[in-house]
Amino acid sequence: MTTLFTILFDGVAYGMLLFVLACGLAVTLGLMNFVNLAHGAFAMTGGYICAVLVNNQGWPFFAALPLAFVTAALVGVALERTLYRHLYTRSHLDQVLFTIGLTFMSVAAVDYVMGSSRIFIKLPAALEGQFDFFGVGIGRYRLMIIVICGLLTVALQLILAKTRFGSRLRAAVDDPRAASGLGINVPQVFAFTFAFGCGLAGLGGALSAEILGLDPYFPLKFMIYFLIVVTVGGSSSITGPFLASLLLGIGDVAGKYYVPKMGPFVIYTIMIVILIWRPNGLFGRAAAR
Amino acid sequence: MTAASDVSSHAIARARWRPAEIAFWILALSCAFLFPSRYLIMTDILRLALFTLSLDLILGYAGIVSLGHAAFFGVGAYSAGLLALHGIINEPVIALVAAGLVAMVLGFLTSFLVIRGVDLTRLMVTLGIALLLEALAERFSNITGGTDGLQGIEMQPILGLFAFDMFGKTGFFYSLIVLFLLFLLARRIVNSPFGLSLRAIKNNPLRASAIGVPVNRRLIAIYTIAAFYAGIAGALFTQTTALASLDVFAFERSADLMLVLVIGGTGYLYGGLIGAVVFKMLQELFQTITPQYWLFWIGLVLVVMVLVGRERIHRWVLWVPNLVIRQLFGRKAVVAVPESDAP
Repeated sequence: MTTLFTILFDGVAYGMLLFVLACGLAVTLGLMNFVNLAHGAFAMTGGYICAVLVNNQGWPFFAALPLAFVTAALVGVALERTLYRHLYTRSHLDQVLFTIGLTFMSVAAVDYVMGSSRIFIKLPAALEGQFDFFGVGIGRYRLMIIVICGLLTVALQLILAKTRFGSRLRAAVDDPRAASGLGINVPQVFAFTFAFGCGLAGLGGALSAEILGLDPYFPLKFMIYFLIVVTVGGSSSITGPFLASLLLGIGDVAGKYYVPKMGPFVIYTIMIVILIWRPNGLFGRAAAR
Repeated sequence: MTAASDVSSHAIARARWRPAEIAFWILALSCAFLFPSRYLIMTDILRLALFTLSLDLILGYAGIVSLGHAAFFGVGAYSAGLLALHGIINEPVIALVAAGLVAMVLGFLTSFLVIRGVDLTRLMVTLGIALLLEALAERFSNITGGTDGLQGIEMQPILGLFAFDMFGKTGFFYSLIVLFLLFLLARRIVNSPFGLSLRAIKNNPLRASAIGVPVNRRLIAIYTIAAFYAGIAGALFTQTTALASLDVFAFERSADLMLVLVIGGTGYLYGGLIGAVVFKMLQELFQTITPQYWLFWIGLVLVVMVLVGRERIHRWVLWVPNLVIRQLFGRKAVVAVPESDAP
């Protein structure tokens, strides 16, 4: 019974992490209909920034996290303004080719600068080890991830649902032409959202170094996971991707624990079945945009 | 003249062999005698060309975007490897066809998943199938050899006459003949009414079905054929290198394949062949400059190609040959710009 709870706990932490990593992609892919396979590269940027600051410059871990967010967001907005925006209207094939190219470049560039081996971020002592909670082993680091990501999720939901910016974004996504007719600066809204999504990915990358492992091949290894979250979760709200991430996280951890040799197999099979059954995602709306 | 005969005369006119095409194949054959020390790399190019031809059939002609074409390549490679390793079919040509058929069956079965949904779902499903097969190959490592790959494959002589030599001469001619035969078949397919209906589907599926083209059945058919081609390419890989490892399923292989096709141009058969030559040369060049970081430059080529526009680049490249043809022969350019992609 306690192992079940431990698996559940680890799975939730993993799923929360995946959500923070992938929710930026849910916006670009699901809402703006842009196939961004380079999303993992932004996560990697944040992770490496955090690693350099903590390991080489001696920054405290919690001070480096916001900077990981900001750097990834800045890189994101710079690329969006210079390159990505030319491709919004192009075919999916062009978008795929372009973002695969960016991913390859980021992999080789990070390999060149940082070396190809896996990198670890020095954690403060307070986050190491685990404590017992009614016999269930709770990792401190994973608990912190759940808290941070849970707060972020609530904040995101509030921003989308309650603020003026949130309603602008929803309007711009639903019908860009009508929205710009109403005086909403659609490209600006998209650019800001894109940057914010990249920032979240960067933060997720910094947090995930401990759990997922950070090396130059990060964007390629986890690309499929991000895509699963978005396609399975659908794009009508952020609750869809959120539930999909939790499912994926718990499923992956449980799969690796109970049927260790079939781990990835289970995930891919579930994904294909869901895509066949509901091509717009489990929680997606019926109309394909 | 009725509409039907008009279509067929048009198709026949398109299918006629042009001097440039004959020159292309004579050039390919003469490479064997011009660079006798480069058989291995040239065989590599031929395999890649066949693999790209396969992607061109579904992407360039039918408009199906696939990120997991390596699945069929891998199945072909492992089938050929296992057949040779366990001595089930010793004769390479029969084993080649058998491996292609195995991939073809897989292609037929998965085509039902692929034809559903829009571009994005197709991307995910094809990618998922390739990853699934990679996970399976890793799981059943007692059969596939796991990360070490299949070891100790001994290839028997082709048709019992031509043994594979260590310089790759036999392998090269074998691959060239296979490529040429399959190219002829592909040429026949795309110039047939069937091929024309595929183009109609690619341009507008709704309109194609309105004029009576059975869209789904045509897509299933071409996907199955393309899987056969990819399986043959994979089997050639195993037979000429005596090697099959997990990386035949790798995502990088599918992604590189896209790049090869895009360099050569989609929607005409020589695109894959020219793309394979250019890609391998680029790869060799980058690998000699920066052995470890050539991936960066490949990525840069992709990004630049998309940003500048694929059609524009092809026009620039073809400008000189077209000018020469116009000046020398005083007629319309024969080297055509490949058909543009429907947005």
